[in-house]
Amino acid sequence: MATEHYSQDSTGKVPLWRQPTFRAIVFQVLLVLCILAFGNFLLSNTLQNMEQRGITTGFGFLDNAAGFGILQSLIPYDETYTYGRTFVVGLLNTLLVAALGIFFATFLGFFIGVARLSHNWLVARLATVYIETFRNIPLLLQIMFWYFAVLRPLPLPRQSLSIGDAVFLNNRGLFVPRPIAEDGFGLVVAALLLAIVGAVVLARWARKRQEASGQQFPTGLSAFALIVGLPLLTYWVSGSPLHWDNPVLGGFNFRGGLEVIPELAALVLALSIYTAAFIAEAVRSGIQSVSHGQTEAAYALGLRPRVTLKLVIIPQAMRVIIPQLTSQYLNLTKNSSLATAIGYPDLVNVFAGTTLNQTGQAVEVIAMTMGVYLLISLVISLFMNWYNKRNQLVER
Amino acid sequence: MQATRYVMGLGAALMLSGAVNAGATLDAVKSKGFVQCGVSTGLPGFSSADDKGRFTGIDVDMCRAVAAAIFGDAEKVKYNPLTAKERFTALQSGEIDMLPRNTTWTYTRDTSLGLNFTGVNYYDGQGFLVTKNLGVKSALEMDGASFCIQAGTTTELNLADYFRSNKMNYTPITFDTSDQTIKAFEAGRCDALTSDQSQLYALRIKLSDPKSAVVLPEVISKEPLGPVVRQGDDEWFNIVKWSLYAMVNAEELGVTSANVDEMKAGSADPNVRRLLGVEGVKGEWMGLPDDWGYNIIKQVGNYGEAFDRNVGAGSALGIARGLNALWSKGGLQYAPPIR
Amino acid sequence: MTTHVPHPDLPPPSTSIGAIAWLRANLFSSWLNSLLTLGAAYLLYLTIPPLVQWALIDADWFGDSREACESGGACWVFVGVRMNQFMYGLYPETEYWRINLAAILLVLLMVPLFIKRFPWKRWLVPFVLFGYPVIAFMLFSGGVFGLEYVETSRWGGLTLTLILSSVGMAASLPLGILLALGRRSDMPIVKSVSVVIIEFWRGVPLITVLFMSSVMLPLFLPEGTHFDKLLRAMIGIALFQSAYMAEVVRSGLQAIPKGQYEAAQALGLSYWQSMGLIILPQALKLVIPGIVNTFIALFKDTTLVLIIGLFDMLAMIQAALADPNWLGYAIEGLSFAALVYWVFCFSMSRYSLSLERKLHTGHTR
Repeated sequence: MATEHYSQDSTGKVPLWRQPTFRAIVFQVLLVLCILAFGNFLLSNTLQNMEQRGITTGFGFLDNAAGFGILQSLIPYDETYTYGRTFVVGLLNTLLVAALGIFFATFLGFFIGVARLSHNWLVARLATVYIETFRNIPLLLQIMFWYFAVLRPLPLPRQSLSIGDAVFLNNRGLFVPRPIAEDGFGLVVAALLLAIVGAVVLARWARKRQEASGQQFPTGLSAFALIVGLPLLTYWVSGSPLHWDNPVLGGFNFRGGLEVIPELAALVLALSIYTAAFIAEAVRSGIQSVSHGQTEAAYALGLRPRVTLKLVIIPQAMRVIIPQLTSQYLNLTKNSSLATAIGYPDLVNVFAGTTLNQTGQAVEVIAMTMGVYLLISLVISLFMNWYNKRNQLVER
Repeated sequence: MQATRYVMGLGAALMLSGAVNAGATLDAVKSKGFVQCGVSTGLPGFSSADDKGRFTGIDVDMCRAVAAAIFGDAEKVKYNPLTAKERFTALQSGEIDMLPRNTTWTYTRDTSLGLNFTGVNYYDGQGFLVTKNLGVKSALEMDGASFCIQAGTTTELNLADYFRSNKMNYTPITFDTSDQTIKAFEAGRCDALTSDQSQLYALRIKLSDPKSAVVLPEVISKEPLGPVVRQGDDEWFNIVKWSLYAMVNAEELGVTSANVDEMKAGSADPNVRRLLGVEGVKGEWMGLPDDWGYNIIKQVGNYGEAFDRNVGAGSALGIARGLNALWSKGGLQYAPPIR
Repeated sequence: MTTHVPHPDLPPPSTSIGAIAWLRANLFSSWLNSLLTLGAAYLLYLTIPPLVQWALIDADWFGDSREACESGGACWVFVGVRMNQFMYGLYPETEYWRINLAAILLVLLMVPLFIKRFPWKRWLVPFVLFGYPVIAFMLFSGGVFGLEYVETSRWGGLTLTLILSSVGMAASLPLGILLALGRRSDMPIVKSVSVVIIEFWRGVPLITVLFMSSVMLPLFLPEGTHFDKLLRAMIGIALFQSAYMAEVVRSGLQAIPKGQYEAAQALGLSYWQSMGLIILPQALKLVIPGIVNTFIALFKDTTLVLIIGLFDMLAMIQAALADPNWLGYAIEGLSFAALVYWVFCFSMSRYSLSLERKLHTGHTR
């Protein structure tokens, strides 16, 4: 018997087309060619179609005056500002919704997730019902529900529901007093920053001491006291350099104060309720992933339940929770684009909506919009990866 | 080296295949067998679908007229309901062949979007709809009010201009569709709804109690609404333009869908005979059969009929002809002669 | 001889069995728990009775006009009157039987798949996957066998929702598997291309994708190229979800021990053989919950087509809400939609649970 049986030629080498490396190279070259050809196909078509139809191209439009108003803006804006400004206004509105949504969804989600594992039968069942209800109904439907069904029956401005003479609720939104800083308020801000830095230093010191001596220090409580107490003290000492601008009913609606428009409220409500259901599931799976032996071991070492939770269970559960949490945050941010269904002026509604229509430059506008969302999701996932890496289980 | 040459070759081949000349739209429409028509998502009188999905309205009649001119069959139309925000992109991209969607003719749109307006099928102006119990008699009393608007319209821009020039403040609440604006108005989300006057009447009948709202007397802008086509295809531009003019001319000459057969057979008026393709002019100058005008009038009717049926006295809207009367009757509708 | 007869066991103390014990253990085990229980019960008391009163007891069920809704409860008459439109959209009324027939056919085909020992499963599965869609398409669209042609713009309601989602599911799974394999590939270019595709689709909102597919697409293609709007929406949704699917499948691939890959290679299996016969069957089984979750997400995402003007069920309901004869019944309409979507999503998730249990053959220690 000889080796000739195998498909080798006389030189004893495997033929070129059967070598994995060669095949890999050929395949990849073909792939690159296909992609280039496809890209070129799209690009040339687009350019040619746009040229032939006389569609204006380029980003010059960003410097033109927009000429339309926007319902809500975090930065100064009126119709004399440019299209470029509408982009920023829309982006900030999107970020506002995303930030508020993430904040509320995280709280609610952790609460529901823990409730689901509660030993209390009723509470656990309620949490289960919550999760199974809200994650199985499309978000768009929930947004519409909150907007059209729940917020709409609120009274007209003249019959507003009110708390004192400061907080008003009507179908135009929620109006609360706006804090206005006077001279010297900078001191309070400085005190707050100082307190935060102090808390971080304190936490480091406490950790080091615990690692060295095993003595514990009530870090959380003292940090809280520091962060709340110091600015309050400064505020009081410097003579309350803050006054409140109350909303006042005038003409058609309330003026002054801080206004939360119903579109924002409905969107944040729907986004956080919906996402909280998913976060709750993540939290539950995280906590359940920590084996019961860990708890027993901790108890055997004499740790009390609260300490066990804080030092043993949560750190391990977080490793499972964080990646899922990241993707939920990303989803929430992307889902905030459904704002357009109820007219909240987010990036998609303002920029990829009105600006696109007024300028007619769909390709540029959509490219910018998609680019921004990509960037946001990239930033969130980079941050979460960094966090994940820092807290990863370090194995031997 | 070979690879780049290959890619370049492929690119060149694709370039060639994409090369198009004027007349492409008509050829494409003929080979598809229907006109793809962008209309609004639901505006009674202009374009709205009933619960069977059948579209009617004065804008829809423009589509039907063009289909009648090309195919001799007004039904060969497919409708593409579009929000105001989507409409120009859809037309630019070639998703639709024509856009009669109560669209205002403006300088920017005509020059920078790569579009051409083919004429005016409705002269309009922007107005305000308010509830009676608001007690407002004029728009000038509305400093600080909030307005429901449809996003991506000239309305949005006019409102900003009006309030700026009168040094007043306002809050815009913009929605994608006119349905949403009227629903928001009904629910009291805004103090007033602003839009083209014709639309205000059309939307008012969607209120549960239409009598509770009034249209303010002010008209703050000029809104010439007309069908739009893409730039760069003059033949198609002509077809849409002259389909409208044929309808206006027919009203002026007294040709209606009822008497068109009679007129075709017996009229001695050379204007009528040219309109109906009996003598003088040739449809092939636009790539159409000679009786294109006859088909439009026979199947869709003249401009007056379309107006009455959809928005005028014969409809639920009951809007007077006003500016949209023929030039000879004190209005602005004036069509170049067919000769 | 006396045999020892033990006394019968005493019953356990009444506090450790029965309802009381259960209550003590599960609801009132500590003062905190008691407080929670009372709080939860109060919450239920606040919400459930009025809800039942509104939705069931006070509700109006029968009638055909607004006048039938006088009692102040929910007006289900509104939903009933519009039911056909919610189900079939703008499909011609005389042709409803075609949709019904397709639905019945699907059920008949699916039932044997759930019977454990059905002998012809081997043939049935490919038929359901490849043969049935052709039949269903012919039925829906018509134009053959003397059936009236119904253009896709008239497809709507729940029918459209189901069509969109089933096509999306059927397309996104294989695409997702390909992308996942690409991302795990040794070939650097294949890998980076897959990563870029996956991250792109996961990073952009579906609305912008649908907007592009519905109104911008012809701009990227040679003039005169036309294809159906519904098809484009399907492609958009399928591509979007396939990126999520890829990540799910990838997590399954990563969970397969390296030994399996090596063993497959040692047996002389080619790449596709080892993937198809060894790796994927194990990996996919591991990630069934993830796959079904992606399907559920896809099902819910089909509602977004209403923004680009396709009339899925939610869009039909929204259109019905704007009917001046039926103003003010938003809660009823939206609740009905919520219920329908919930039933579908919930049963999908339950099915995945049972499937997971059934297929849980290995990997437990």
